[in-house]
Amino acid sequence: MAINNAMSISFRASIVSILILVIFLVAWHIATSGTGAVQQMDPEYAKLMGLNATQGKSAMPGPLQVGATLWQHLTNPFYDNGPNDKGLGIQLAYSIARVGMGYLLAVLVAIPLGFLIGMSQLMSRALDPFIQVLKPISPLAWMPLALYTIKDSSLSAIFVIFICSVWPMLINTAFGVASVRKEWLNVARTLEVGAFKRAFTVILPAAAPTILTGMRISIGIAWLVIVAAEMLVGGTGIGYFVWNEWNNLSITNVINAILVIGIVGMILDQILARAAKLVTYPE
Amino acid sequence: MPMFDNPFDPKRRLTSGCPCGQHRSAEEHDNALRLQAQEVLPSEDKRYENVVAGTVLRAMFPKDSARRAFLKSVGASTALAAISQFFPLSTATEVFAQAKPIEKKDLKVGFIPITCATPIIMAHPLGFYTKHGLNVEVIKTAGWAVIRDKTLNKEYDAAHMLSPMPLAITLGAGATAQAYTAPAIENINGQAITLSLKHKDKRDPKSWKGFKFAVPFDYSMHNYLLRYYLAEHGLDPDTDVQIRAVPPPEMVANLRADNIDGFLGPDPMNQRAVFDNVGFIHLLSKEIWDGHPCCAFAASQEFVKTAPGTYASLLKSIIDATAFASKPGNRKQIAEAIAPANYINQPVTVLEQILTGTYADGLGTVKKDAKRVDFDPFPYESFAIWILTQMKRWGQIKGDVKYADVAKQVFLATDTTRLMKEVGLTPPASPTKSFSVMGKVFDPSKPDAYLKSFKISKAS
Repeated sequence: MAINNAMSISFRASIVSILILVIFLVAWHIATSGTGAVQQMDPEYAKLMGLNATQGKSAMPGPLQVGATLWQHLTNPFYDNGPNDKGLGIQLAYSIARVGMGYLLAVLVAIPLGFLIGMSQLMSRALDPFIQVLKPISPLAWMPLALYTIKDSSLSAIFVIFICSVWPMLINTAFGVASVRKEWLNVARTLEVGAFKRAFTVILPAAAPTILTGMRISIGIAWLVIVAAEMLVGGTGIGYFVWNEWNNLSITNVINAILVIGIVGMILDQILARAAKLVTYPE
Repeated sequence: MPMFDNPFDPKRRLTSGCPCGQHRSAEEHDNALRLQAQEVLPSEDKRYENVVAGTVLRAMFPKDSARRAFLKSVGASTALAAISQFFPLSTATEVFAQAKPIEKKDLKVGFIPITCATPIIMAHPLGFYTKHGLNVEVIKTAGWAVIRDKTLNKEYDAAHMLSPMPLAITLGAGATAQAYTAPAIENINGQAITLSLKHKDKRDPKSWKGFKFAVPFDYSMHNYLLRYYLAEHGLDPDTDVQIRAVPPPEMVANLRADNIDGFLGPDPMNQRAVFDNVGFIHLLSKEIWDGHPCCAFAASQEFVKTAPGTYASLLKSIIDATAFASKPGNRKQIAEAIAPANYINQPVTVLEQILTGTYADGLGTVKKDAKRVDFDPFPYESFAIWILTQMKRWGQIKGDVKYADVAKQVFLATDTTRLMKEVGLTPPASPTKSFSVMGKVFDPSKPDAYLKSFKISKAS
């Protein structure tokens, strides 16, 4: 009986999801398929004007148009027409590589530092004002400073990802380490476990769920930041792709890019969610 | 195009922009010139010879009428012989046209996807870079500040910049001071004031109080031309209207979203606004100042000094491309070559309208103006001096400015000035010419008086 209920819940939820999607797509299609007012113009003039003026077509593309372009991108994702025009697959690869490097750097800094802060009240109090001030700074504000000092646009982008995604991991690690159950620490002390071994065998597994939650939040932020950073700096990447299509006022491609960004972000999040599940333990 | 014309023909005018008085109307004059230009360029060597000879003659006879009188009295061949006695034209031409060893073959040149950069962009698909032995990657850049930073970082070897930018960078205004040069101007004309369609009945600038305008960058011809235009109509650009810097690709979107009432921006944004039924073209920039420079091809002086062979080849490719672009018959081909996503990424018809000059103006009429955008690479130092007076006028630079010195240092009036020094001659006074902006004449030898003659100004 319990299994039946569980299945029917997820089954019903997916039905509702699909229903919402269908309603949204239909509404979108209706909203963009109407034609606006068309002024009278002589044919020579009409040849020089776009579809909005000559046929009253809406500037916003409909779902069919977006779907068609998306299919085009997905079936040819790795073309390379030069430094300024590469396929969607290649741009995504660049972005994911940058995110990977910035995120790895952030992990290497945040977790040890988080341990330090979690285990020592003194360091926690001392570093707190710095963390609180640096945390809310937007990546776009860091970018000019990074470009100016680092003088290399790729490294600046990686630095900006690092500086923005390090905070959630740091704070969560500190919190996780600080809230390890006192009983376990006492047992470790009774068994005369050394500090290092204690950190790896007692504290780390205990704090792991919290740490992974922090990492999951951070990857979301890192992915967010890379799009913004690439729009500013340009060159390659999905953010640059959005900017390039924005130049051409090609809303269709911008929507495609947004969809792809959302889906990749979801995939990254799911990877870390699975990892988090591996380390959870019943309380 | 004046730079490549035969300088020994007395009937030819050498300095562009002044009527030679030989034709009945400006249009006839332009037509005649176009015909003459087409018959004179048989080969590349002749072109370089004309460039060198043109510079020498321009330097010897700053006033065009004196040159014409001289040529009429002694004839072209005598003139050539006389000049060759003092200045070996053939040697200079050879040195200029000679392929110096290229130190660095793989180069990166940054550009912004606007039609001003047409020579830089088209040199890639149409093969001008490979013709001169270079492997150049033209890289689309997100904005002027980024292009400035990447060139200062040496991520780009040279870049497409707004004409005032090399001046600003050399003077240290708005960036760290680094010596920059602008050896070639990319285009002249090619901008326009575009207003939102809702203002189609408000064409008198006096009714523009409270409007919000956009320009691409603070140190740009657009900013100075817009301010000049507003000031001439009695509006103070700092208190009566709002002018803000918006990257060109965002201008049309901002116009549609009603964030701005209009902009003075580069093409293709103006034509795109018309194409998308968002705005109309109020005034072409050539109606403010016909022949104004817009964008320049800039490189750091360090690059020029450390890699002269590469620099010479790069400059030659750009000059070649510019000469090709200046012929009206090639414009359609160029529009098709630079339209794809790898370059400007705009519909071909928009680019065609801009380059051929037959365009829709947004209010129902098809207008024809072949000089809507034109290409002439010579960096007249008087351009630099005018830009400096305007920078001072609006408070962007303060204190005493040595106009002629800065202009000479930055706007390299062709390679031949350098070549003349190498041959052991002292180069004559820099080639300048006087022109008029909105009917008011500018004399490059009297910049301070010009600056003081404005009612609306912030210069102290």
